[in-house]
Amino acid sequence: MSVLAPERGTQAIFRINPVAKLAAALLLAGVLILTIDWVSAAVALACEFILFFFAGLSLKAFALRTLPVWIAAPTAGLTTLLYGQAAGTVYWSFGLVNVTAGSLELAIATTLRILAIGLPSVVLFVTVDPTDLADGLAQVVKLPARFVLGGLAGLRLVGLFLEDWRALELARRARGIADGGALRRVLSQAFALLVLSIRRGSQLATAMEARGFGAPVRRTWARPSTFRGRETALVGIGLAVALLAVGVSVATGSWNFVLT
Amino acid sequence: MTPAASASVSGASVVARGWGWRHAGRRSWAVNGLDLRIEPGERVLLLGASGAGKSTLLHALAGVLGGAEEGEQCGQLLVNGAEPTAARGQSGLLLQDPDSQVILARVGDDVAFGCENLGVPREEIWRRVNDALDMVGLDVPLSHPTSALSGGQKQRLALAGTLAMRPGLLLLDEPTANLDPEGVLGVRDSVARVLENSGATFIVIEHRVAVWQSLVNRVIVLDAAGGLLADGHPDDVLTSQGEQLAAAGVWVPGRGSGIALPGREMDAASAPGAVPLLRTTGLAIARAHAEVIARDVELAVHAGTALAVTGPNGSGKSTLALTLGGLLKPAGGTVRASPEFANGAGAEPIRWKSRQLLTRIGTVFQDPEHQFVAATVRAELAVGPRALKQAEVAIDARVDLVLQRLRLDHLAEANPFTLSGGEKRRLSVGTVLVTQPRLLVLDEPTFGQDLRTWREIVVLLDELLRDGTAVVAVSHDTDFVAALFDREYRLTGQAGPRITPRAVVSR
Repeated sequence: MSVLAPERGTQAIFRINPVAKLAAALLLAGVLILTIDWVSAAVALACEFILFFFAGLSLKAFALRTLPVWIAAPTAGLTTLLYGQAAGTVYWSFGLVNVTAGSLELAIATTLRILAIGLPSVVLFVTVDPTDLADGLAQVVKLPARFVLGGLAGLRLVGLFLEDWRALELARRARGIADGGALRRVLSQAFALLVLSIRRGSQLATAMEARGFGAPVRRTWARPSTFRGRETALVGIGLAVALLAVGVSVATGSWNFVLT
Repeated sequence: MTPAASASVSGASVVARGWGWRHAGRRSWAVNGLDLRIEPGERVLLLGASGAGKSTLLHALAGVLGGAEEGEQCGQLLVNGAEPTAARGQSGLLLQDPDSQVILARVGDDVAFGCENLGVPREEIWRRVNDALDMVGLDVPLSHPTSALSGGQKQRLALAGTLAMRPGLLLLDEPTANLDPEGVLGVRDSVARVLENSGATFIVIEHRVAVWQSLVNRVIVLDAAGGLLADGHPDDVLTSQGEQLAAAGVWVPGRGSGIALPGREMDAASAPGAVPLLRTTGLAIARAHAEVIARDVELAVHAGTALAVTGPNGSGKSTLALTLGGLLKPAGGTVRASPEFANGAGAEPIRWKSRQLLTRIGTVFQDPEHQFVAATVRAELAVGPRALKQAEVAIDARVDLVLQRLRLDHLAEANPFTLSGGEKRRLSVGTVLVTQPRLLVLDEPTFGQDLRTWREIVVLLDELLRDGTAVVAVSHDTDFVAALFDREYRLTGQAGPRITPRAVVSR
C-alpha cells in the first residue's frame, strides 16, 4: 500500500520529480536483467547501499518498506539452489533436488539481482506522492490528462473500498449468511464490492464532470512539474551505477547475457 | 483582493420550455412538460415529492445528465440562453454524498481541480483557491489531506471547489442530508456567506425546508405528474401548499412531524427492575485493528424499550451499535445476553453464529447498500428466513406481509440497488424485520429521509416497541429521538475515559 501512504520528508529526494525516479529505477532494472551473474548485481548493490543514505528514509522505514524484497530474494535464491540447472560438482542430491556448484552460483546471482533491482525501486517509490507522479506523467511525459487524472482520482477510492469490504463483512454476518462456506462467501462479497465500486466510480465521474473535467478547453496545471538539473542528475546516477556494474562484470569476464 | 470583491459574478438565467427527460430504459418521464423562468440572481428552493425529478433537473442544469445514450430529452432547457452541456463551468453542482465528491488527496489541489479543467491561468487558480476556502470557512492548510476531513468539512470543500470555478449558477442537491446538525449549520452558513458576496443564481433541493428558508426568495414545487405544483414567494407557497407538501414528504416549518404517539405502557419486562436482554460491563469499543474509541460503557437494553445512542461525530456511536449487535468484538469488558434472550446460544452475542443472530438481534446499517445481497427485493427479504431453513410457504407468506407493510409490494421484482433512498431504507429495515428479532439495532435510520419515510419508520418502530421488541438506535435526529425514545446514552467523544449516561426523554 506504499502508493497510498508515501513517506514524507524534507530532504532533496522528496523534491525530485517522480518521473525521474521512475526513469532511474527502470534504467537500472533494464540493464541488470540483461545478464545473470553475481558480479554485476553485487557491484550495483554496493553502489546502491551508499546511495540509500541519501534516500530520505529512516532505518526503520527502510527495513519495513523493503521487507518484501528481503523475503522474496532469498526465497527465489533457495529455489534456484535446489532446482536450478545442475552443473559442476554435485554437493547434495535428493530426488529432484540437485545442489551443484552451478546451481549455487546461479542462486547467489539470482538473490543479489532481485535485491539490486527491487531495493532501489522500492526506495525510490515510497517517497513518491501519487499526485506529483500524475502531474509529472501528464506535464513531463505528456501522457493524456484524462487518463492520468482518471487514474489518480480512482486511486483515492481504494481507501473507500477497504472500508466497504469491512462493512460488507459485518453486514453479511448480520444477514445470517456468514456461517460456513468461506470461499463462497468471499466470492459473493467480492461481487458485492464490485457492484459498489462501479457505483462509486460513476458518482466520482459525475462529480469530476460537474467540475468541468473534459471541458473542451486547454487544461492548465495548478502545480508545475519540471524536469531540471536534479532530475537529470538522478537519472545520471542510475545510468552510472548500471554502467559501472556492466563494466566490472565484463572486465572480470563474468558477463552472462541472458539470451545466450 | 478581498473574497467579497473577487467572488462576485453575474448570475445566470434559467429557462425551460416544455422540457422533459426520460432515463434510458424507463417507461415514464422523470421530468415532463416543465415551463420555467428563473432570473439572474434569484435564490430558489426546489421542492417536490420523491420521484418528481428534482435531481434530474439539477443534473441537467449542470450539464452532467449525459448524452443520448443516457436518456431522451424533449423541449428546451437553457442556462444563459445556451445548452447547459455547451457551457461547462458556468454552473456548479454540489451533491449529497460527501465521500463521492472528493477528487484529489490534498485540500488545495482538490479546490484547484475545477479551475484547471476550465483553463484558468496558474496564479489566478491559487488566488481563487484561497478565496474560496476563506469563503466557506475551511481553515486548514492547502496540503491538508482530504481524507482527514469530516463529512461537513468535505461538503464545504466541494463547495469551495465549485465556487473557485466562479459559476453563475450554483446548484445544491440535498447538500446537508448526510450531515450531523453541526455539519448542516456549517454548510448553511458557508452558503449564506457565498450568496452575500456573489450575484450567482442559486437553486437548492432540500426537504428540510427550515435549513434554507431564510436564504431563498422563491419556492418552486415540481409536480410528479409533470409541470409545476406551485411557484412563488416562500411564505405564500409554504402556507398555501403546506398540507400537500407535508403529505409529499417535505418538512414544512411550523407543521411538526404530524405524529403524536400515545405513551407506551411499561410492562413487567420493560420495567426498570426487570432482567435486561443485553447488559454491558466495563465495555470498551474499537473498530477491527483500531484504537479504543470509548471505555467503561455501562448500559442495559430492556425488552419493549427504546435506547438512543447520541454524541458528536467520531465519538464511536456506530462502533457501539455494531458491538451491541454482536458484529464487533468488544475491545474490553463484556456484552452479555440474558439466558432467556440468548435462548441456548451462549451469553456473548459476538460468539453467536450468524444464523443465530437473525431471530435475536437485527442490525440495520447506515448505508443500506452494504446489506443488500440479492437480485430482487423479494429475494432480498427471503435471505434471512432461508438461512433459518424455514418452509417455503412460510417464507412467502412472511415476505408478502413485510412487502405490504413497508409499501414495497409494487417493487418486489426490482433490483434493490435501483430503489430510491427512502425505498432502500425501508427495504433494509424490512430485511431485518422479516426474521422477527427481539432486539433491533439501527444506525442513523432517518438520515436523509423525507418526512413521509421518516413518519413510516417512527410508526413502525413504535408498533414493534409495543409488541415488546427492544430498539437501540444511533441518531443525530433530535425529532426522532424525542418522538420515540425512552432513554438516551450520550457518548462524549472527549479524551477522558468516563462516559455518563443520562435520561433526557421522560415519558
